[in-house]
Amino acid sequence: MDYKEQIQDTVQSNLHKSKGVPVIEIVNLKKSFGNNHVLNGFNLTLYEGENVAVLGKSGSGKSVLIKCIVGLLKQDSGEIRAFGKDILSLNQAELDQIRTKIGFLFQSNALYDSMTVRENLEFPLRRLSIIKTKDEVDDMIQEALENVGLPDTANLMPSELSGGMRKRIGVARTLILKPRVILYDEPTTGLDPITAKEISTLMNTVHKKYNTSSIIISHDMSCLKIVAQRIVLLMQGINYAEGTYDELKNSDDEKVKEFFE
Amino acid sequence: MSKVEGKYNEFTTLPLWNETKKFLTETADITLFGVRFFKEGLKLPLEISETINQCYKIGYKSLPLVGITAFIMGLVFTIQSRPTLQEFGAESWLPAMVSVSIVREIGPVITALICAGKIGSSIGAELGSMKVTEQIDAMEVSGTNPFKYLVVTRIAATTLMVPILSILANAIGIYGSYLGVNIKGVVSFQLFYSQVFEKLMFSDVIPSITKTFFFGFAIGLIGCYKGYHSDKGTEGVGRSANSAVVIASLLVFILDLIAVQITDLFYGL
Repeated sequence: MDYKEQIQDTVQSNLHKSKGVPVIEIVNLKKSFGNNHVLNGFNLTLYEGENVAVLGKSGSGKSVLIKCIVGLLKQDSGEIRAFGKDILSLNQAELDQIRTKIGFLFQSNALYDSMTVRENLEFPLRRLSIIKTKDEVDDMIQEALENVGLPDTANLMPSELSGGMRKRIGVARTLILKPRVILYDEPTTGLDPITAKEISTLMNTVHKKYNTSSIIISHDMSCLKIVAQRIVLLMQGINYAEGTYDELKNSDDEKVKEFFE
Repeated sequence: MSKVEGKYNEFTTLPLWNETKKFLTETADITLFGVRFFKEGLKLPLEISETINQCYKIGYKSLPLVGITAFIMGLVFTIQSRPTLQEFGAESWLPAMVSVSIVREIGPVITALICAGKIGSSIGAELGSMKVTEQIDAMEVSGTNPFKYLVVTRIAATTLMVPILSILANAIGIYGSYLGVNIKGVVSFQLFYSQVFEKLMFSDVIPSITKTFFFGFAIGLIGCYKGYHSDKGTEGVGRSANSAVVIASLLVFILDLIAVQITDLFYGL
């Protein structure tokens, strides 16, 4: 290791000490769909216990970014490390193992229409072979439903729930595996302002109770003000700007200002 | 640009060329999808309980429609055939003729067409809406192989259930024929069935059942392929369901044509 690398290493190490242990590291991520270069060298490090929001216009590649993190999409180049492991180099069993530590709340909630709420929550437990005795499973489901404030919905079908309730059940399904990282894809989209605020508060409660780290994809500024400790602005496929909510709000950059108007 | 290059470019912009290219690409994709079915289907652990669940949904729930259609088909076919046979003084051949027709051709093909309409469209729409609402992605991040859980189980279920439905349709159709014969005459149950089984050979039954496995496979394969590759949006889901029915129905006829040629080769029709 030469002198420059040693200094870089020390800087990185000090940075980690000050911010905590990195759980997700994204380095120079590139992803294109045909001639559309969505991600063009994006970088992000998520530290343990941190909530980072990725802000950007529609179609800027925010959802693509988090889909790459869980291996739903494969990047063209660059590196994604989750808990120190390179996602691309993992075999299916290892990837499934990593996925148990990363919860994913989909924009459309993605509740299984043909299953009850209970079966929806039970599904990941059953599929990942971590199902326990019936009583333990019942307790886990009840705990997850109580965490999201919907303890009496276990036997309902998703079609019987309102938009806000579906979102909460989506959070409950994500929480049931006790993930260390949660990826939220537009968690408040399509909700009225009051329900959106409730969901934002719920995200904060989950963060505090389980000490989870989160990446929140959104352009709902009122949600980000409540939940994000750091905001990364994704534009033209790169980190255009980065800072706290107040730092970005007071930025002189016209493009950054547009998001806060 | 040389003259040859110019002609080539002109040719590749023709609508017919584009359609042909699209057709060949889709055929190759469906073939690869079928190959993936065998690869994933043989991997352990098998999704037995979900396959049984799909067999119930696909087989048992289609039985009333298939049964009623087969019954009416046998009855009407008999009533329609009687005058022609009467003209030739061959009325006594009615049970044998109708039963051979039902078992060899009408039963399997009608059953397959009903299944292509009912099952093919429902699989296409179900998987299409799951794709559009990210349920397939959710399944994948829950540690489930969605191809194996959704596609393999459905194709296996259609492959197993269409032959069973076809056998039941044949039996119900022949019973319909028995009632049809008795509308304008009196033929005992024993006499009718002795005439039926006298003329029905293994060479009628075996190829007929064998081809229904292929019909079932084709219906499941096309329904799943169309649903799994559904475009974004509700319009895409509708288009998937519709094209699943059209392509599966067409494939049933093509497979039937191939099956007739192969049967002729082995049994000499």
